[in-house]
Amino acid sequence: MTTVHRYDAVIVGAGGAGLRAALEVARATPRVAVVSKLYPIRSHTGTAQGGIGAALGNMEEDHWEWHMFDTVKGSDYLADQDAVEIMCQEAIACVYELEHWGLPFDRTPEGKIAQRRFGGHTRNFGEAPVRRACHAADRTGHMILQTLYQQCLKHEVQFFNEFHVLDLLLEDNVCRGIVALSLADGELHVFHAKAVLFATGGFGRMYKVTSNARSLTGDGVAIALRRGIPLEDMEFFQFHPTGIYKLGILISEAARGEGGILRNRQGERFMERYAPTLLDLAPRDIISRCMYTEIREGRGIDGKDYLHLDLTHLGREVIEKKLPDITDFARTYLGIDPVREPIPVQPTAHYAMGGIPTDVHGRVIRDEKNTPVLGFYAAGECACVSVHGANRLGTNSLVDILVFGKLAGRHMADYLRGADFAPLPKDAEGPAREECQRLLTSNGAESVARLREILQREMMDKAAVFRTREGLEAMLTTLKELKDRYRRIRLQDKGKIFNTDLQEALELGYLLDLAEVTVVSALARRESRGAHYREDFPKRDDAQWLKHTLAYRINGEYELRYKPVVITRFQPVERKY
Amino acid sequence: MRVLLKIKRFNPERDRAPYWAEYEVEVEPVDRVLDALEYVKWHLDGTLAFRRSCAHGICGSDAMLINGRNRLACKVLIKDLGSPITVEPMRGFPVIKDLVVDMEGFFAKYRAIKPYLINDELPPETERRQSPEERARFDDTTKCILCGACTTSCPSFWANGEYIGPAAIVNAHRFIFDSRDRGAAERLAILNTRLGVWRCRTIFNCVEACPRGIDVTRAIAEVKRALLFSGT
Ligand SMILES: Cc1cc2nc3c(=O)[nH]c(=O)nc-3n(C[C@H](O)[C@H](O)[C@H](O)COP(=O)(O)OP(=O)(O)OC[C@H]3O[C@@H](n4cnc5c(N)ncnc54)[C@H](O)[C@@H]3O)c2cc1C
Ligand code: SF4
Ligand code: FES
Repeated sequence: MTTVHRYDAVIVGAGGAGLRAALEVARATPRVAVVSKLYPIRSHTGTAQGGIGAALGNMEEDHWEWHMFDTVKGSDYLADQDAVEIMCQEAIACVYELEHWGLPFDRTPEGKIAQRRFGGHTRNFGEAPVRRACHAADRTGHMILQTLYQQCLKHEVQFFNEFHVLDLLLEDNVCRGIVALSLADGELHVFHAKAVLFATGGFGRMYKVTSNARSLTGDGVAIALRRGIPLEDMEFFQFHPTGIYKLGILISEAARGEGGILRNRQGERFMERYAPTLLDLAPRDIISRCMYTEIREGRGIDGKDYLHLDLTHLGREVIEKKLPDITDFARTYLGIDPVREPIPVQPTAHYAMGGIPTDVHGRVIRDEKNTPVLGFYAAGECACVSVHGANRLGTNSLVDILVFGKLAGRHMADYLRGADFAPLPKDAEGPAREECQRLLTSNGAESVARLREILQREMMDKAAVFRTREGLEAMLTTLKELKDRYRRIRLQDKGKIFNTDLQEALELGYLLDLAEVTVVSALARRESRGAHYREDFPKRDDAQWLKHTLAYRINGEYELRYKPVVITRFQPVERKY
Repeated sequence: MRVLLKIKRFNPERDRAPYWAEYEVEVEPVDRVLDALEYVKWHLDGTLAFRRSCAHGICGSDAMLINGRNRLACKVLIKDLGSPITVEPMRGFPVIKDLVVDMEGFFAKYRAIKPYLINDELPPETERRQSPEERARFDDTTKCILCGACTTSCPSFWANGEYIGPAAIVNAHRFIFDSRDRGAAERLAILNTRLGVWRCRTIFNCVEACPRGIDVTRAIAEVKRALLFSGT
């Protein structure tokens, strides 16, 4: 039996973006529900380590204009500058708001919020690194997630935990709700709503080595695509320089912010050759490429595909006090004590710059003229505002989820006042039911685990840090095959109760779609910009490519359109660090 | 290496009672128990149910009884256990399926201690000031990831499921000792009951179980002391 719920607003996802939006909507109406496939505090925001960027100027002079400049330059000039301006201004209020809600930031001797250095964040338009990342040890995300969840409990926001959202109800450009599967009992639930916000996070799981949780499979992004929404800038996927070798577990940039150094097999601080001013704190796209270059030229450790992150000169006190969790990771998973030995690292798939296109109010837009979809919003890593352009700076995702979670929530609250419940489509849960039934009854010989493994391995090989036309074309062929085989999978679990076999199959479906959009968008962009590096087109080409990609899927075929970049204060110039 | 994994399984749609299933898994010594469980799920039996997400000890999804101790499956390495390895759901919570337990009761107790900053004073325009020493006072208990390992390793909780349990007390501690909070009296009153802190018999299982290295017993002792001195 399908249950139908009615809420003014439904928020899908209970990470930082979803919870922040829920708090804002809850100011206007108690009829808001948060639907999440994980318990809220299990969301991936909780793993964010290093810090949240805001020009508080607590440790040294700082200005939001400097933050804005760094963000735009870091984005390789693809970010929309009107949105970046709002983000860097609002960041300050958002951080204070968190403090007022009880977030236990680390403190300066005067009792102010403590700040540290982070990649690409500079003083006075690029002069030298600046202390801008507000932190709580290397557990900043954990504290943000906890604080927001606590506030939601205080304001009695309603939660539907372990509900996996399967479909978005969208007709005639008006959003009407969602359909979700309750994991505990396998029943479908329809949520009829005036407005829906997607905050479903990233999709690093399409790569083999990733810092992303098992659950980061891009569900909301893929569902939007299937419902006719274009996806923006999907060719830009960030690889973070310091993932633990083979495991991908992140060693925060905070480690380098505190003075950590990358070294090759000769013990050389190789970043001196590539980025003489910012060195190991250059932006991530650049460092990841430098690392692969070192590896390709035979300077990986023991000639293998990893390098060293050296913290040994920092001393036990700094390492254990300021970086306790990552110290614990190194000890637990590698048996290495970072106080005495360097940590083996390799770039790890980390962050999706692209996603569901929105305006600065979080409204999902459906074309290059920024036409909004009524009642449909998105925020956080699943959205593309775009404030990160072709490469996100560290600490700016936590800013993004808070600022745009808040602004989207605010706009939703306004929208709810003037909007009515649009009628539900006939047989609202029909397509979701069919999708589950198809997977449950499909009787081929293919396994989800096997197909996912191939997807992750091939994407890592052909659509990661370095890309070529040949590689991307081969990847497209592989994806066609994988999608074909996906139709012939067989699940072992046919039951209703906590069927994670079914859930993993659904998630693989999302990943296959998103990998395809990524590759199609990357193949078309014949230039190199930020995280998208084409060996066959190694230069940035502003004349042709200073524009956002919008990828539509129409009857299984992709159509690419493009949207101009908003440039206000900073004209594109070559990036040097 | 090959390891024998014994998992306590129960699917209410199929089984009348829980039973032990055995699997031979192919893993590396440096793999996590979580990797072994995923090996089973992906290669041997897709019906096996367990929760997981971050896979590095931060999200709190996969606390379970491993070789008789509460651990996060993603934070114990195979090489530290050898073979065979036994895995069971946490004790004291209803089992939904296999290793997945119903944690609603656990979260209800968390909510009961008002786990949010209580302070109605108008905040300043910037941050409230707090000295590094004041901040350090409650640092340990801010680390809790609500995994449930402490509460379900506690004999007092096994004896009486109504006991509020160490995890809720840890989270109360986090606020009671925060210099910015004004809700200590309310929370202490909630904990000052037969099923509150006084049920703790200082058995220390919780300290051993906590994957975040929180000194749980000490936090409880500090709450008890605060109660004795507050005169409530
Ligand atoms: C290891 C690590 C460290 C990081 N460190 C930093 C840092 O120091 N600074 C920084 O700025 N950024 C950092 N980031 C990036 C940042 O943490 C994330 O980009 C950000 O937290 C994403 O938040 P979100 O709210 O968009 O999504 P998430 O927190 O990922 O939440 C997604 C939510 O969506 C729900 N969901 C997903 N699919 C469905 C579905 N089908 N149905 C129902 N619910 C669904 C999930 O249950 C979850 O609640 C880090 C990222 C990682 C991986
Ligand atoms: S105190 Fe430790 S064991 Fe208990 S719930 Fe928190 S993290 Fe888990
Ligand atoms: S999977 Fe997150 S704590 Fe183990």
